Amino acid sequence: MKLHRLLLAPSLGTILIFMALPIALTTLYSVLTPAQHGGVIWQPSGEAYVRLMFERDIFDDTLSFNADYLQILGRSALQAGFATILCLLIGLPTAWFIATRPPAQKSLWLMLVTVPYWVNLLVRTIALLLMLRDEGPINGALQSMGLTDGPLPLAYNNFAIGLGLVSSFLPFMILPLYAAIERFDFSLLEAAYDLHASRWQAVWSVILPILRPGLIAGGLLVFIPGIGSYLAPDILGGGKTLMLGNLIGMQFQGSRNWPFGAALSTVLMSVTLIALILVARRAAREAA
Amino acid sequence: MALLDTRARDIRNLPGVGVTAALAVAFLYAPILFLMLYSFNDGRSISRLDGLSFRWYRAVFANEEIGGAALNSVLLAVIAASLATVMATAAALAMVRMRVRRKAATYAVLNFPLMVPEIVTAIASLIFFSAIGLGLGFGSLVIAHTTFCIPFAYLPIAARLTSMDAGLEVAAADLYARPLRRFALITLPLLAPGLLSGWLLAFIVSLDDFIISSMLSGPGSTTLPVHIYSMLRLGITPEVNAVSSLMVLASALVVILSGLISRRKT
Repeated sequence: MKLHRLLLAPSLGTILIFMALPIALTTLYSVLTPAQHGGVIWQPSGEAYVRLMFERDIFDDTLSFNADYLQILGRSALQAGFATILCLLIGLPTAWFIATRPPAQKSLWLMLVTVPYWVNLLVRTIALLLMLRDEGPINGALQSMGLTDGPLPLAYNNFAIGLGLVSSFLPFMILPLYAAIERFDFSLLEAAYDLHASRWQAVWSVILPILRPGLIAGGLLVFIPGIGSYLAPDILGGGKTLMLGNLIGMQFQGSRNWPFGAALSTVLMSVTLIALILVARRAAREAA
Repeated sequence: MALLDTRARDIRNLPGVGVTAALAVAFLYAPILFLMLYSFNDGRSISRLDGLSFRWYRAVFANEEIGGAALNSVLLAVIAASLATVMATAAALAMVRMRVRRKAATYAVLNFPLMVPEIVTAIASLIFFSAIGLGLGFGSLVIAHTTFCIPFAYLPIAARLTSMDAGLEVAAADLYARPLRRFALITLPLLAPGLLSGWLLAFIVSLDDFIISSMLSGPGSTTLPVHIYSMLRLGITPEVNAVSSLMVLASALVVILSGLISRRKT
């Protein structure tokens, strides 16, 4: 065996055996029959995928359309989409600001933006709930200023979940955008102005193409973990509004329908892979 | 006139970007700082400060369940980060210094754990470990954590290796240093900051994980985040705030340390 193969074997082997293989096995489990107390019976069944859209009548086995699970899927995509847009609206100016600072300030700001990402996500989510609660400081301040009579319902709803997703993944948007802007040669802008470009034209045809890789990377880095997120809906949504991640988790905790959970997880994995492949192909085409 | 005109339109100083950046940082930090402040509350409340004290920190340190979970977490993170760092270093040496066929595909596999949504990793691991009969517990946790830590260890190590002067290794080879000696005397010492930074990131990523651990941990192998989550059933208490603040402190220390190390020039 060549040395480079020997060096690569442990890491590649570990990832393939303990991550890729389990995901393949999950896909297999999604077409098996659920056992009563979790686990599966080795008998092929498409029931898990039927269940995504239909409800089976327990008496006569007829199928009727049921959009409950599709709604959860759609809501997850929507929540993640909103969070991605909000992260972009906050992240782009922030990244711009950091990238145009002098070098010494730059690293300080970068550190400021990076540190929260490494703080435990559960802890950050709890902290955000503390802020948003009825008795929390935001409602307290609003009421003591006389702006509101009672507490605003900030926690335990879709708004709170969205805010949770933004605070969880905002650094993921800022960093790739920063990397893109940082590489930008600002004399190109001078050149554009010399050629009588308006400010808007300069943004559109000089800056946007340079931002694009950062936008795509940032978008994926927020959207993918967002759509499968578990803690934000669980803690900030108060368990009232489910997202895909919670629905998957439930199938392995309370409801004990492993094939259905496996099917949902396969759907999530497929969405992720399709997004990644589209982006990779686009990047390859642009590089060519 | 033309010069003035350019300056007026200079996109580098757009109005509002500084304010947005300040607000973004405030948005990221305010909840954490608020949580830390209330962890020092002398009273039982999480919405009213009744004086400051270390009361809840004493309660945390006296709590054997929290202590046990913290020990599990640290042990798990140390083992997983160390295993991941060794494997990532070997992979980085091959990827950066040698001719590897199908480099893009290899790179994609190394980074694969970063692309899989956490909940998918969690239930896929649960299914896999129950299928092969390993079941839940510390062993499964070590394997799962090591796997998802590999890319986090790999990236800083490969970055350091890329920025290192390969000439020194060539020079050592010219002076007839055998490969192993060359590695131990030249490559490893130069690579050390990258190794440490990769290890620290892997350590913190392992410590941070909740979903995967909550699916895989058995009765005796609860990790700290899983335990904090179970404490939430009684609502947020000052004790939750205190143990959370300790985790914030640990993460901040590790990240700042890692940042300082990786900024040292080659």
